Amino acid sequence: MQVTMTVNDEVVTKEIEGRELLVHFLRDDLALTGTHWGCDTSNCGTCVVWLDGEPVKSCTVLAAMAGGHEVRTVEGLEQGGQLDPVQQGFMECHGLQCGFCTPGMLMTARALLDRNPNPSEGEIREAISGQICRCTGYASIVRSVQWAAAEQAGTRVVTPKEELRA
Amino acid sequence: MTTVTEPPVTEFEENDQKPVGHGRMLRKEDPRFIRGKGHYVDDVQLVGMLHLAILRSPVAHARIVSVDTSAAEAHPKVKLVVTGAMLAEKGLAWMPTLSNDVQAVLATDKVRFQGQEVAFVVAEDRYFARDALELIDVEYDTLVPVVDVRKALDPSMPIIRDDLDGKTDNHCFDWETGDKAATDAVFAGADVVVSEDIVYPRVHPAPMETCGAVADYDSIDGKLTLWSTTQAPHAHRTLYAIVAGIPEHKIRVIAPDLGGGFGNKVPIYPGYVCAVVGSLITGKPVKWMEDRSENLISTGFARDYIMRGEIAATKDGKILAIRTHVLADHGAFNGVAAPVKYPAGFFGVFTGSYDLQAAYCSMTAVYTNKAPGGVAYACSFRITEAVYLVERIVECLAYELEMDPVELRIKNLLKPEQFPYTSKTGWVYDSGNYEPTMREAMRIAGYEELRREQAEKRKRGELMGIGVAFFTEAVGAGPRKDMDILGLGMADGCELRIHPTGKAVVRLSVQTQGQGHETTFAQIVAEEIDISPADIDVVHGDTDNTPFGLGTYGSRSTPVSGAAAALVARKVRDKARIIASGMLEVSVADLEWDKGSFHVKGDPSKSVTIQDIAMKAHGAGDLPEGVEGGLEAQICYNPENLTYPHGAYICVVDIDPGTAQVKVRRFIAVDDCGTRINPMIIEGQVHGGLTDGVGMALMEMIAFDEDGNCLGGSLMDYLIPTSLEVPDWETGFTVTPSPHHPIGAKGVGESATVGSPPAIVNAVVDALKPFGVRHADMPLTPSRVWDAMQGHPSPSV
Repeated sequence: MQVTMTVNDEVVTKEIEGRELLVHFLRDDLALTGTHWGCDTSNCGTCVVWLDGEPVKSCTVLAAMAGGHEVRTVEGLEQGGQLDPVQQGFMECHGLQCGFCTPGMLMTARALLDRNPNPSEGEIREAISGQICRCTGYASIVRSVQWAAAEQAGTRVVTPKEELRA
Repeated sequence: MTTVTEPPVTEFEENDQKPVGHGRMLRKEDPRFIRGKGHYVDDVQLVGMLHLAILRSPVAHARIVSVDTSAAEAHPKVKLVVTGAMLAEKGLAWMPTLSNDVQAVLATDKVRFQGQEVAFVVAEDRYFARDALELIDVEYDTLVPVVDVRKALDPSMPIIRDDLDGKTDNHCFDWETGDKAATDAVFAGADVVVSEDIVYPRVHPAPMETCGAVADYDSIDGKLTLWSTTQAPHAHRTLYAIVAGIPEHKIRVIAPDLGGGFGNKVPIYPGYVCAVVGSLITGKPVKWMEDRSENLISTGFARDYIMRGEIAATKDGKILAIRTHVLADHGAFNGVAAPVKYPAGFFGVFTGSYDLQAAYCSMTAVYTNKAPGGVAYACSFRITEAVYLVERIVECLAYELEMDPVELRIKNLLKPEQFPYTSKTGWVYDSGNYEPTMREAMRIAGYEELRREQAEKRKRGELMGIGVAFFTEAVGAGPRKDMDILGLGMADGCELRIHPTGKAVVRLSVQTQGQGHETTFAQIVAEEIDISPADIDVVHGDTDNTPFGLGTYGSRSTPVSGAAAALVARKVRDKARIIASGMLEVSVADLEWDKGSFHVKGDPSKSVTIQDIAMKAHGAGDLPEGVEGGLEAQICYNPENLTYPHGAYICVVDIDPGTAQVKVRRFIAVDDCGTRINPMIIEGQVHGGLTDGVGMALMEMIAFDEDGNCLGGSLMDYLIPTSLEVPDWETGFTVTPSPHHPIGAKGVGESATVGSPPAIVNAVVDALKPFGVRHADMPLTPSRVWDAMQGHPSPSV
């Protein structure tokens, strides 16, 4: 069957099998390999992308179901050569180690800040609770999202180390 | 009782300020990861690539009567179907494990665990490959499975390993360490003896990226390129050469970005070999990527030790001896990844951090109809099990003596003047200063205030627990006189090349799985030669482009390869000094090294930078007599000893008396990993390990039913901590440098995984003290805690 959708602001049309999962469509057909495949059961969240602006687990969405809709992946976070504050925050606060869960975490974090620009620690933990990270123990991810919230609100205190780098 | 001391040093703040070398530098690998540009095995796309899927046994123990592949072969999208019988014709049906046992690549005679590999299909895409698996018809003649490890040696049990000549039982090996007679004598004369049955259940590392490989065999030049999820690319290459008969120089193993490892990616799995065979036969690149269920049911598990712990002490709390017997479940094949002289890994450090008169351990390992493995999950070669045993049994002693567990530990901790300390089981602890680490953890925790709070809550019937653990790790395997894996010595190479313009490339034999080697190794080299870490490229994970070494596991990268990186940089600096002496026309002895330059002693104005020297080394004109052009060096570092990091952990839990749900309220971790390279990365390593600890203590277990069906085959059944189960970690540190490591670093990758489970279990048991509970086995799920509250701590497994 043929499917047409918008992925990271570009309209794509492809011939697919009806059973193809969105995660495989993105990775194998569009070579957008930032979205990962980790568990098959919607538990790990390494496959989180946006469908019409809402985070979804793309291992549990058929590519056909995304037809006519807008998909955004981690590759679509950076705009005009500018990193999204959540991307910066994860780098600044060591919110990642192996990087495998990171794209999904970033998509969820961005969606959270769009709805709630100043989330509490508990709200951040709740937002990412459908995603597993085996490396970081989550505390640094929470800090990364807080960093991004402060950065976009213009309330972030610049650390001496950042001044050194600048 | 105990007093609170001031915090130790402000090294973190100092590190934070340092622009070069050791310090809180942001990671060089992150820019690609945060853009989704990491490159993992499943991201490898090659022209004409085919996809491989594996048919696995649905039963735990059965004889294979027949395998009919005709329908699968007739599938229009299928290129190849391979069975065990076909591999046997090529002599590839069995492969060696890392413990000198053998494991079936594809089963020929019997299947020995649920999920074992039986056949594989290569097809045009991953969906068709899976479709074709459904078309393979295997007839099994089921046998009684050996599931209960305690019954594995009963004469009535079927023999699992009838493939081994003369095998008449399910015995795998016996092992002992320490002095039995001396230990028995101390126990006989002791005031107090406490015994407890302690189970460390089977768990699984479950990295977010499952295992997989892409094999690409070029039949014209006979070269095999294998992208694979391996923590040890060089060791794998050598083993492929031995097993498959492909000359070693014609094999290139590439470990690209790995989505976590935790020991799961140390062994060679049948799937890797299948991918190689698939490419050899089809002449096309072949990708195999297991799914989550395959990862959980068939790849390297961890732990599975049933331990009887005994401790002897005086009535005032001086620990005298520890004695233990362990029954170890090794699954269907002995796939333990440990140095060959250490079949139980480094379990011999079960004497912990205490000054004992005697110690003894005996162990019986058996085969069962479960997946193979045994050492994995950030355990430092079984030190998780050892530390859990000693820290639980010491806690049981504190319970019986009605002593504060911190007070009991401090009374028995090794003293700084006792180092280097030879334990009663023969391990030489290189260095340690334990009590300040314990006191720092107490200071951060506010230990005495917590105990006051607990006393008040107990009066109100609230269940609050405070758990303490002190651990000593032994990492950085290891000295080649003692340690090898399948005959390969555990030394590691490192190569450093300074380019003419003064930029550098350092090539490592170890492989990062998230630990940040591209950053920390650049920092180690930067500290030695004062080239900015930004100007040092770190190459790793590619056997064609890096020197030989045994890879990253057992927290060995910093203690072994980190030492190699420091020493190779010093070797380059030594050569630079000779070249500088020619440039400045003074003798070598008249030069001083300072901030990236050599200058003439007493005249700092006469100096040359490392960049000047690099250009001179590659440029025109004469060099001092006997000096070759270029500025590079290579070394192979053979560690003199293991390094011995230590730490003190305190956990605070609250238990809902109505639901028995455990909530980890606080966790304080004070680690001493010697010299610290990048405090940000160290903290990250500790946080991750603490989360593993919460998982193992409270949630994770690979269980089996009586038919040998794995009950932990998905992330719906095998529970891993999310952001909601863990607290905001509180970390601290002390610094006791290793005396034999060139920069004094000890490694930290697995410390928290080792130290946190006993702290959490001790906290839960402490909370249950009003119920008279002295021990309960992991995982402390609500049902197990509830049983303990009713006076029936759950029997495990």
